[in-house]
Amino acid sequence: MKTSVTRDRRRVLRADHLSLAPYTVWAVLFVLVPLVFVAYYAFTDNNFQFTLENIQRFFVSTSSVIQDDGSTQEVRTYLLIFWRSLKLAVISTVICLVLAYPLAYIMARAKPRTQKIFLTIVMIPMWMNFLIRTYAWMTILQDTGILNNFLSLLHLPNVHIIGTETAVVIGMVYDYIPYMILPLYSIMAKMDTRLIEAARDLGCNSLGVLRRVIWPLSLPGVISGITMVLIPSVSTFYISQKLGDGKIMLIGDVIEGQYVANNLHFAAAIAFVLMILLLVCMAIMRKLAGRHVEGGL
Amino acid sequence: MKKIIELKNITKSFDGEPVLQNVNLDIYDNEFITLLGPSGCGKTTMLRLIGGFETPDEGDVIFLGKRINDVPPYQRNVNTVFQKYALFPHLNVFENVAFPLREKKVPKAEIEAKVTEMLSLVALKGFEHRSVTRLSGGQQQRVAIARALVAHPQVLLLDEPLGALDLKLRKDMQVELKKIQKQTGITFVFVTHDQEEALSMSDTVVVMSEGKIHQIGTPIDIYNEPVNAFVADFIGESNILDGVMLEDYKVSFSGQTFQCLDKDFGKNVPVDVVVRPEDVDIVPVEKGQLTGVVTSVTFMGVHYEIIVDVGGFKWMIQTTDFVDVDEHIGIELEPDAIHIMKKSEYSDLYGDYSSFSNELDELSEVSEEDEE
Repeated sequence: MKTSVTRDRRRVLRADHLSLAPYTVWAVLFVLVPLVFVAYYAFTDNNFQFTLENIQRFFVSTSSVIQDDGSTQEVRTYLLIFWRSLKLAVISTVICLVLAYPLAYIMARAKPRTQKIFLTIVMIPMWMNFLIRTYAWMTILQDTGILNNFLSLLHLPNVHIIGTETAVVIGMVYDYIPYMILPLYSIMAKMDTRLIEAARDLGCNSLGVLRRVIWPLSLPGVISGITMVLIPSVSTFYISQKLGDGKIMLIGDVIEGQYVANNLHFAAAIAFVLMILLLVCMAIMRKLAGRHVEGGL
Repeated sequence: MKKIIELKNITKSFDGEPVLQNVNLDIYDNEFITLLGPSGCGKTTMLRLIGGFETPDEGDVIFLGKRINDVPPYQRNVNTVFQKYALFPHLNVFENVAFPLREKKVPKAEIEAKVTEMLSLVALKGFEHRSVTRLSGGQQQRVAIARALVAHPQVLLLDEPLGALDLKLRKDMQVELKKIQKQTGITFVFVTHDQEEALSMSDTVVVMSEGKIHQIGTPIDIYNEPVNAFVADFIGESNILDGVMLEDYKVSFSGQTFQCLDKDFGKNVPVDVVVRPEDVDIVPVEKGQLTGVVTSVTFMGVHYEIIVDVGGFKWMIQTTDFVDVDEHIGIELEPDAIHIMKKSEYSDLYGDYSSFSNELDELSEVSEEDEE
């Protein structure tokens, strides 16, 4: 009896495997193979001999930077750029989360019609080309751009934003915030409103409901939102080139630069290290969040 | 007895659709009161008004003499057992029950003691660390009750809490709930559309339909002295006939005059006459006050349910004596088997069993539950 059940199950599993075949092929071709290539290039030199030199170069190579007081200082070039990328990406992700969370909540609680309108508004910018959106921000933020013209009109002092980290963060937040809103919205729309009523019934004021019910139940959405914003922000190169006015170099810019300069092996090494570091970050975050999401999710 | 909650002239509508129309109800301390009615009658809305999830368009909700219309749910000393339990899926059994205590910043040791006490009250000791999503329906139900009781509310609201359970479990939980109510001395306000449940558990039953209260009374009063045809039909089975109250203690229907126990209707006043199926005596044809032909016989276990055609009106009779289909029988009615009601808007809608079928009844019940 028992054996026939397991046999049946095995048969079902085999059928599942079969129907999954096209996706497996797709995943192998477009996910696994490129990753193998990246790793292969990262650990080989120009003659395709095994080497750790490229990886090492990322961690140890230095350059001198002129300080504000005119003195020069030796810094680890790529590590410095990596930290800057991570810093800006984390700032952007936090801003996205803070802006998107209440918005997603309001959307999820709105009437169905209003929800659709909100969703469309969130997605419309995504229909436009990414480069065009970034160029649009250039014309807004430039020293003689729309923002400063507007400020002049009001007789307010102009601001210098283009070419600063602020400009890059603005660009990242604008470009990636839909990827934060959508997973948050979808998990909040599915949330059982009776749980919120139950919490209010059991003595929670609005803040208590948010802290003890809505937040813990929305954590899976928070995690996927963070993942979907943090990763592209860390590795972006276009936003930093345009809005950073070439002055804010990020790790994505370095990879692109090395690639354009035909240093494929070093470009692959940086990409590989970046990937490993991000995977470690995400694993830690999931572990921390997982502690609060035990059971039922 | 002390009044704990008063609903005064409550009117409430949703999107212009009236749900409650000028409803008045007093709820007394320590009683088990049931709001009974078909789906859409406004009983759940009434519960939500007491819980604080809705505010009345007109009228007042009074709690121990104080108007609480605008007091939010978390400031009311009232807790709710929700229809589908609404347990927190991210918390285990212990934390679900401890939820209201943590909000009140109760000391840890006290939380531990109170939760343990509650879990043993609902017979769930040893389940503390289980995930609530892995419990059976009955167990989830009991966690919900423990969670609602742990902070010792003065009133517990229960919104069709047994609706999702199977029959056997349902019966057990009815007994269990009644026992818990006795033990804790907390006022229970129970909502259901199941009349049997209402009669067997409650101290007071409130029969509602279409946003109005028809009758408030003890289960026995409601069953024996329904105020109108709707209540008579909704609570148990009833034969409801057109009659004329000739004078005190004398009523005529089906072409015969009967002795009854009712008075003060006046002379020659049209009335509704209710006769419960179990109060009809079957006698030989020649001794019957009425005679008829048996058209169907259904074996129900304890008794037979027979339909008898008496001059075109179909009676339902419950009897332990076997009679056969097409048999001619006589009917005798004792004075206390007859209950007289004033004519109402429901008069001609209920009480004739010409189109009766058990199956049809069950079907309509199922679709009713789906709507909820």
